[in-house]
Amino acid sequence: MRRLLISIPYLWLLILFLVPFGIVLKIALSDVALSIPPYTPQLDLSEGWTGFRAFWAELDLENFWFLTEDDLYWKAYLSSLKIALIATFLTLLVGFPIAYGMANAPDHWRPTLMLLIILPFWTSFLIRVYAWIGILSNEGFLNQFLIWTGIIAEPAKILNTDIAVYIGIVYTYLPFMVLPIYATLEKLDGTLLEAAEDLGCTRIQAFWSVTAPLSKPGIIAGCFLVFIPALGEFVIPSLLGGSDTLMIGKVLWEEFFSNRDWPVASAVAVILLLILVVPIILFQRNEQKQREAEQ
Amino acid sequence: MRRMTSFNVVSLTVGFAFLYIPMLILVIYSFNASKLVTVWGGFSTKWYGELLQNEAFLDAAWVTIKVGLISSTIATILGTMAAFVLVRSGRFFGRTLFSGMIYAPLVMPEVITGLSLLLLFISIGLPRGVMTIVLAHATFSMCYVSVVVSSRMASFDRSLEEAAYDLGCTGWDAFKSVTLPIIAPAVISGWLLAFTLSLDDLVIASFTAGPSSTTLPIKIFSSVRLGVSPEINALSTIIIAIVTVGVITASITSKRAIVKQQREEQMATP
Repeated sequence: MRRLLISIPYLWLLILFLVPFGIVLKIALSDVALSIPPYTPQLDLSEGWTGFRAFWAELDLENFWFLTEDDLYWKAYLSSLKIALIATFLTLLVGFPIAYGMANAPDHWRPTLMLLIILPFWTSFLIRVYAWIGILSNEGFLNQFLIWTGIIAEPAKILNTDIAVYIGIVYTYLPFMVLPIYATLEKLDGTLLEAAEDLGCTRIQAFWSVTAPLSKPGIIAGCFLVFIPALGEFVIPSLLGGSDTLMIGKVLWEEFFSNRDWPVASAVAVILLLILVVPIILFQRNEQKQREAEQ
Repeated sequence: MRRMTSFNVVSLTVGFAFLYIPMLILVIYSFNASKLVTVWGGFSTKWYGELLQNEAFLDAAWVTIKVGLISSTIATILGTMAAFVLVRSGRFFGRTLFSGMIYAPLVMPEVITGLSLLLLFISIGLPRGVMTIVLAHATFSMCYVSVVVSSRMASFDRSLEEAAYDLGCTGWDAFKSVTLPIIAPAVISGWLLAFTLSLDDLVIASFTAGPSSTTLPIKIFSSVRLGVSPEINALSTIIIAIVTVGVITASITSKRAIVKQQREEQMATP
């Protein structure tokens, strides 16, 4: 009974999660070809061991060399890192004051505020990104508003630029930043702040010497929760970004669907994964430290 | 010592305005009579009428609902099993790999999950369609379900189960009459999460869908690429309305369930 309970989800994940990665890795080492499916070599099990050896001999790192030679990929990786970093920082700037306000709100407001933060998360991601197209376009509401207030005379181009991508990421990932920060701020011992003020701190000094350091685990968790998915983001750069907005998720998509170069798409996926390993491990360390601190 | 400062009030107001104004504009302009999406041309519900006559959208909506219902049910069963394994099974061969496979899909970029599953389906010769989307969605949502359910199980009082055994229950009876009712709220919210993730997913569905199995997000994405249209605004409004009603109902019922459960637990302890 116990063995059955373990083996069913185990096998499911092995077949539908781990094996597919093996296949991606294999195709990343294969060559592109004009066949269906469009890559060689194909593993031919009917030839037995010699077939396997022939197959093994044809695998090489050619696609990875190709990625280092064509500067499109370098630029795409670097620009994804840059966009994800800046967007994470902006989300923190917007998210922290909201979480701080929620933590200071009266008790009977908090469930409602919580619901208001979570509600957009349940609403379709695509629709939330789509909502900004109408706002940011040349005749959009933001330009209409800015012209009406007299800040600008001509409509500014915002849609299809990196700025629109930043707005999109901040908007869609905001709950992931607010919730962990709120969780740490809510547990914060208020008497510490009183002590700081009794010892002569102003409110702002007390904030920087007590609240900010104690909310660090929440800030770190929130930043990773935004940074990790933002790095491989596809929908936001393709709907809000311009043709010159380079993000690796978009490059992978285009290699696969437009160029039909499966080996290169797979190699791009492998490298993206390698880049993500570092922040994921750091994130898990942070989570573990927090759990240990609570016990 | 918690005090609302004026800074707190301003940041909450600005923050929630930022979150809700874009959606509000979307809803208001779905009732716009004009074809131009950013110019108000009077009140009208004609875009809803046109939406309901659009066969392509209705077909896609049906595929999406079908995929969502089947995949979230599979994900809930597998995810609950996985949660039991994580919390109860102690050490077994390959446990680290197992928990790694549960947590990895949560942080995996969707483009990679989609690509790898598609390559799997092609190499085993499975024709792409509703079935492949269901398999893909069940796989990544079961991980979310198992996280939700295992966090509930971690705070589970096992003496209740032991009492059931002492009173003569078999393993299945004890599960059905003690364990399941206690973890039920987590299982239900896991199902809802899996269902929402499935309805919402564009990237993984695009990789794993066949030509005859377009889901609603794929359909929305391809028409949004051509620009803003009032029909999509109407569709978005319907989705926002369903989600809002659903989330508020769920939060009220779960609050009631928690209160009821606490009362029962109080009555049970002398």
